[in-house]
Amino acid sequence: MSKILIIAEHLGGKLNSSTARCVSAANAVKPESIDILVLAADATAVAGEAAMIDGVAKVLTLDRAENAHALAAILAPQIAAVAGNGYSHVFAPSTTFGKDVMPRVAALLGVAQISDIMSVESSHTFQRPIYAGNAIITVQAPASSTVVATIRTASWPAAANGSATAPIEAANAEVSLPSHTRFIDLAQGKSDRPDLQGASKVISGGRALGSSENFDIIYKLADKIGAAVGASRAAVDAGYVPSDLQVGQTGKIIAPELYVAIGISGAIQHLTGIKDAGTIVAINKDAEAPIFEVADFGLVGDLFKIVPELEAAL
Amino acid sequence: MKILVGYKRVVDYNVRIQVKPDGSGVVTDGVKLSANPFDDIALEEALRLREKGIASEVVVVTIGPANAQPHIRNGLAMGANRAIHVVTEEAIQPLTAARAMLKLIEKEDPGIVLLGKQAIDDDCNQTGQMLAALWDRPQATFASKIEINDKVARVTREVDAGLETIEVDLPAVLTTDLRLNEPRFIKLPDIMKAKSKPLETIQFADLGVDSGDHLKTTKFAPPAKRSKGVMVKDVAELVEALRAKGLV
Repeated sequence: MSKILIIAEHLGGKLNSSTARCVSAANAVKPESIDILVLAADATAVAGEAAMIDGVAKVLTLDRAENAHALAAILAPQIAAVAGNGYSHVFAPSTTFGKDVMPRVAALLGVAQISDIMSVESSHTFQRPIYAGNAIITVQAPASSTVVATIRTASWPAAANGSATAPIEAANAEVSLPSHTRFIDLAQGKSDRPDLQGASKVISGGRALGSSENFDIIYKLADKIGAAVGASRAAVDAGYVPSDLQVGQTGKIIAPELYVAIGISGAIQHLTGIKDAGTIVAINKDAEAPIFEVADFGLVGDLFKIVPELEAAL
Repeated sequence: MKILVGYKRVVDYNVRIQVKPDGSGVVTDGVKLSANPFDDIALEEALRLREKGIASEVVVVTIGPANAQPHIRNGLAMGANRAIHVVTEEAIQPLTAARAMLKLIEKEDPGIVLLGKQAIDDDCNQTGQMLAALWDRPQATFASKIEINDKVARVTREVDAGLETIEVDLPAVLTTDLRLNEPRFIKLPDIMKAKSKPLETIQFADLGVDSGDHLKTTKFAPPAKRSKGVMVKDVAELVEALRAKGLV
């Protein structure tokens, strides 16, 4: 039977919802148990949140001053040590956090890693996208070795909180940590808007906005309906918005209930980031734009006229 | 200081991939092949570090079939000093690629290994991190800015929360994100010059790399298709449609 270890993602003392999405993926393996490992300088608050997720058997904590920031070279040896305590699977979300640390864990364990699990066929057989989601492959991990994987969060709902609270225990990982990697700084956009990866509604803008000033109409529309803001690669490359807003193959993969693409033509690399969205709305002046091929509702016209109209109508 | 650059050949990013009807793979016959875009960025960054006098030599490495030689010559034409072609006709998974790179590191003793953050064919995003672990050296992934001061690299990383800056002691593995730089175009005279640059060929089997314990791909399938929706004529009709679905 499978015993699954999930590595919690957290920032600023708050658990990221990507962790609960990993719990859903772990449940699909039908395991004997699911444990969550929290590595932090002080894991108390995050562990408390993790313990409430339904289906979690226990929460393990590794409190060390070195764990104040999620540095892969620091975390990986500790994760590998805990994984060695009889776990058959180690999962983390396929966010920049999980993508950074998990291959390092896999290499320390001497095993391959499965990236971006979108569905589970059995304990060692999974589906994942390749070629920007233009093909889906079924991959089989060797039955004899630990399965190390990242979970494509857009494919899985966040597991809900349960009625019981899982026990929280301090884990043991007596490993020496390197000093060759040092955290300097994290520059975060300050915003009261919902987080792009977890938002139920997202308004995205593309190159057609033309400038960062013009992007204001996207923010205004988003604020009107309580949506997060996203962008195409072209808009980020042009400097209209910061890079953490990029949606697509190499940016964020999201699955909101409503996705509104404004002035985005719809390159395949962008479409792969939104294919799991509930309803896609496209607003573009080019009636031939590929975005209309996947949109549930399309509106052809000048976005500078349509967007303010839409904001007023909502 | 020497920089080793991973330079993978992949199906060009503009090609719309088709899955073979029998599910045995994707159609690659006759499709355009190019350098992995992230690897072009890695090579460009290495060349800039050489032009600034920080690096003395840039070596491009390709692990791939014998017919990838024109591809690796492009890396030389772009400006690398020399190339190493590890020849294998097998598809190489990230752990094996990392093990093979480690063998080359042991021989070449680079100060920096620059790789793309992911290859746009398998989208794995693993090799750099695995290599750093096997080499027991630091990693700075998803770099959008790299500054080298003596034996330390200060790297700005594109992470979900924003931009993170870390410092790593060299030697280290750095992987590139899209906004690190804009790769230069290859000029025709440089293609001629590249023909005389050194290109070392190593058979993969001669590296003595363990390629076991791997993932087996049992099936390829096309993705679920979203069906084309309806076109609305104006904002009023759009709002009505969204209200009907309870979305606004």
